[in-house]
Amino acid sequence: MKQKADVPQGTLALMVLKTLDVLGPLHGYGIARRIEQISGDLLAVNQGTLYPVLLKLEQEGVVASEWGASENNRRARFYRLTREGRKQLQVETQDWQQTAAMIERFFAAKAEDLS
Amino acid sequence: MKSIKRFFARVVSFAIKRAQDQRLQEEIAEHIALQTADNMSAGLSPAEARRQANLKFGAVEAMKEDYRSQRGLQPFENLLRDLRFALRMLRKSPGFTIVAVATLAMAIGANAVVFSVLNALILHPLHIPQAETFYGIQHGNDALSYQSYPDYLDLRDRNRTFDDIAAYDVALVGLDTGENPSRAWIFLASGNYFDVLHLQPFLGRFFHASDEHGPNSAPYIVLSYAYWHIHFQDDRGVVGRVVQVNKHPFTILGVAPPGFHGTLVFFNPGFFVPLVNQEQVEGVNDLNARGHRFIFMTMGHLKPGVTPAQATADLNSIGSYLEKTFPKDDDQRTFALARPSLYGDYLGKPVRAFMTGLMLLSALILLAACANLGSLFGARAADRSREVALRLALGATRSRILRQLFTEALLLSVLGGALGLLGSFVLLGALSNWQPFSRWPAQLPVNPDANVYVVALLLTLASGFLFGAVPVRQVLHTNPYEIIKGAPRGVARGHITIRDVALVVQIAICALLVTSSIVAVRGLMRSLHSDLGFDPNDSIVADTDLSMSGYSGERALQMQKRMLDAVATIPGVQSVGLTDWAPLVSGSGNDSTVFSDAATDFRPSNAAAKPYMFDISPEYFQAARTTLRAGRTFTWQDDQNAPRVAVINQEFARRVFGSEKNAMGQYFKMPDGTRIQVVGIVENGKYQSLTEDPSPAMYLPFLQSPSTQTYLVVRSDRDPAQLAAAIRSTMRNLDPSLPVYMGPWNQELATTLFGSRIAAITLSVMGAIGAMLSITGIFGMAAYSVSKRLRELGIRMALGAQRKEVLQAALGRAFKLLAVGSTAGLLLGIMASRVLSHIVYQATPRDPVVLAGVVAAMLLLGLLATWIPARRALSIDPAILMRED
Repeated sequence: MKQKADVPQGTLALMVLKTLDVLGPLHGYGIARRIEQISGDLLAVNQGTLYPVLLKLEQEGVVASEWGASENNRRARFYRLTREGRKQLQVETQDWQQTAAMIERFFAAKAEDLS
Repeated sequence: MKSIKRFFARVVSFAIKRAQDQRLQEEIAEHIALQTADNMSAGLSPAEARRQANLKFGAVEAMKEDYRSQRGLQPFENLLRDLRFALRMLRKSPGFTIVAVATLAMAIGANAVVFSVLNALILHPLHIPQAETFYGIQHGNDALSYQSYPDYLDLRDRNRTFDDIAAYDVALVGLDTGENPSRAWIFLASGNYFDVLHLQPFLGRFFHASDEHGPNSAPYIVLSYAYWHIHFQDDRGVVGRVVQVNKHPFTILGVAPPGFHGTLVFFNPGFFVPLVNQEQVEGVNDLNARGHRFIFMTMGHLKPGVTPAQATADLNSIGSYLEKTFPKDDDQRTFALARPSLYGDYLGKPVRAFMTGLMLLSALILLAACANLGSLFGARAADRSREVALRLALGATRSRILRQLFTEALLLSVLGGALGLLGSFVLLGALSNWQPFSRWPAQLPVNPDANVYVVALLLTLASGFLFGAVPVRQVLHTNPYEIIKGAPRGVARGHITIRDVALVVQIAICALLVTSSIVAVRGLMRSLHSDLGFDPNDSIVADTDLSMSGYSGERALQMQKRMLDAVATIPGVQSVGLTDWAPLVSGSGNDSTVFSDAATDFRPSNAAAKPYMFDISPEYFQAARTTLRAGRTFTWQDDQNAPRVAVINQEFARRVFGSEKNAMGQYFKMPDGTRIQVVGIVENGKYQSLTEDPSPAMYLPFLQSPSTQTYLVVRSDRDPAQLAAAIRSTMRNLDPSLPVYMGPWNQELATTLFGSRIAAITLSVMGAIGAMLSITGIFGMAAYSVSKRLRELGIRMALGAQRKEVLQAALGRAFKLLAVGSTAGLLLGIMASRVLSHIVYQATPRDPVVLAGVVAAMLLLGLLATWIPARRALSIDPAILMRED
């Protein structure tokens, strides 16, 4: 069960980091909305799954959180990227791009290239 | 790195769980509120907006579960929950809990105690560096280790396999520090003693080989730490002080380190004096006598890389050199190595065998305890099969349920282990402080160390897992559907199971131990009232050695007369007699070969008898209450100028002269040829031990056969403590420097009875443990059978069965097993009493008290064990039981 969850969770984590990197401090709902806007259906349902991911990232020290006021002036928890998080985002972005490039080349290959 | 960071974050959030739950709650509320607001601005009605928001968020509870498992320490939280549940379950059945914890406490405690003693005696006996290469040298042909001083020097100087070899002898001296002269047991040690042991002084300095310059050249003392602590009150100023040892001035050099109490594990010398001063301490100089083996033990560290076999060969080559060079004194000089702490193999071998046996026995006890608790546990699991089935049906995994059961088992075993360890602390503390012989500094420090804790912990966990594993199969095969439907459980009966056999064996062993312990205790009681040939009650024995204060010859005799006169005038003293040793007083004893009057060849093989020999004053028999059967006792006229006379006992008369009648007025000869006339005959007695066969004894007048050894037997019905004080002050008036030891004579018997007493105590303790085990065994079996047959018993009651019949159905089997086991045990016990009679005087099973005692004990045990199950069987309410299903 955990094995299966890992892939989307990892992806989700990366999306969270990128979102925070681009938009600065955001509360949970804000993050969910951005991800939904960009990725389409990934977070169209089950937005709640975002919170365990945020907790894990916070425990790892790549994001930090504090209370703040939301746009309709209610108490909300704002998440922001830490310095460590920025570093990790860089590393993971690179990793991701390498992996993606590799997979792409692999898919592009034809039978005659492999012989 | 990251995972460590995460772990700490989890620990922290585990601690602040409540606050975090709050935070999550708020975040969810905010999230949904914002989404609802967005939905509303997109044109949805408030209700619909809220519904859509909730849908989008997803399953809140599942997310919370995920969130929590991310956050805290899940396994740990589960464990805590299991523990809480286990505690609740145990509290619900206090009977079971008490029995289980007590059984485990006893079994684990017994193991901890036995292991501590094993550890102290055999595994880590001496607190010295590099103890593993440290060996004692004993004789090759027997397990003794006596050497003469010249032989020791040859061994020390000629060997090539030891770093160095040290020697020591044990001696009793009078120590006068200027106040309150006292007796002390000491080691006469070779100059290199402490250097061979690689020890450093706690205070001052040790003596060394370089301090020795011939006989009496090193009047130095090194105190043991304990002696310094008790007798010098930790006074650091003692170094350099001069004290009197047997009236010779000795200088205190230093104090030995705290853990060190000599190289014998059970004998704690007060201080150490160089061996070269033997003459001042023991009154004789044997330093040049190659034939006189007075050194108690020699020992040393092997050189690095040398094996014990190589060292033995090396010593034996020195041995053959000694045989060749000194044929008159040294024959058969072979050697063997042994651990010095238990006096080589002499005590080491039997003690090792005894302790190994005891360890094995206690391991067996623990195993039996686990088996019993296992069946108890199994019975409980069967009782709870409904609960287990319900939990399974509700989706609990089997491993989760097993974890719960093991938590309960381990909780029990940890409780039992902790209690057992606590009990063993108390017992070991008492044992460490226990001085079984008031005359000897015999003490065994057996305080538990880290090894003991580790062993106790391992045993605790192992036993928890062991008996916790019993219901595993039961749980794994639980079919929730069947059980909840109420399918009847199979009842196994009729055939004999392994469990039954194990239980019978346990009961039999228990009955055997109970029988033996009652036999031993009865024997012990009887021997206190048996005919000893003297009356140890209402009398005090005061003993001293006049040589400790420098008396000898005629001066000693005058002093002894003055002592007799002075003590006789103490109010309340009925009579006082003097002897050079007192029967059944430990550490004393004297004998001599005697020859028939016709003998001319005085070799030992030609002797007519080897009687015990006493030098006594005229009033001794009166003071000791030894009955004179014929002739006369001595008078003050039986002195150096009168003909030599003796009083003998019946056994002497029978052996040497054929009968008492023939003996009167006859003569016998001493090894030096002196003719002695028999003038009186007294009754037989016990002289060295209660179990000895009737032995010959002879009494000589102390005026004709003087000795500095002085035992005063004072008969009086005054309070012993008051009398002892009066005697002490009288003695002090005569000579304040004379150390005197005093005690009621019947307390001295305690030493003689030591073996019997230890046997009785050990048997009683093991009997108690055996009884405990039998109780849990029977209890487990009875409880199990009652709970399995609850429904059957209910139906029987509903059909009109009487209480008696119900009880018989429920417990008949348990009592049958009890009867079989007890009978077998009783018979075995009667047989075992023969063996016991060698240790305990007058131990016999032909005694109605023994039989009645065993039957009563076993019956009581059965009643105790079946009380709770019987109550349960009788309290069955058929109506409730039937309705339940």
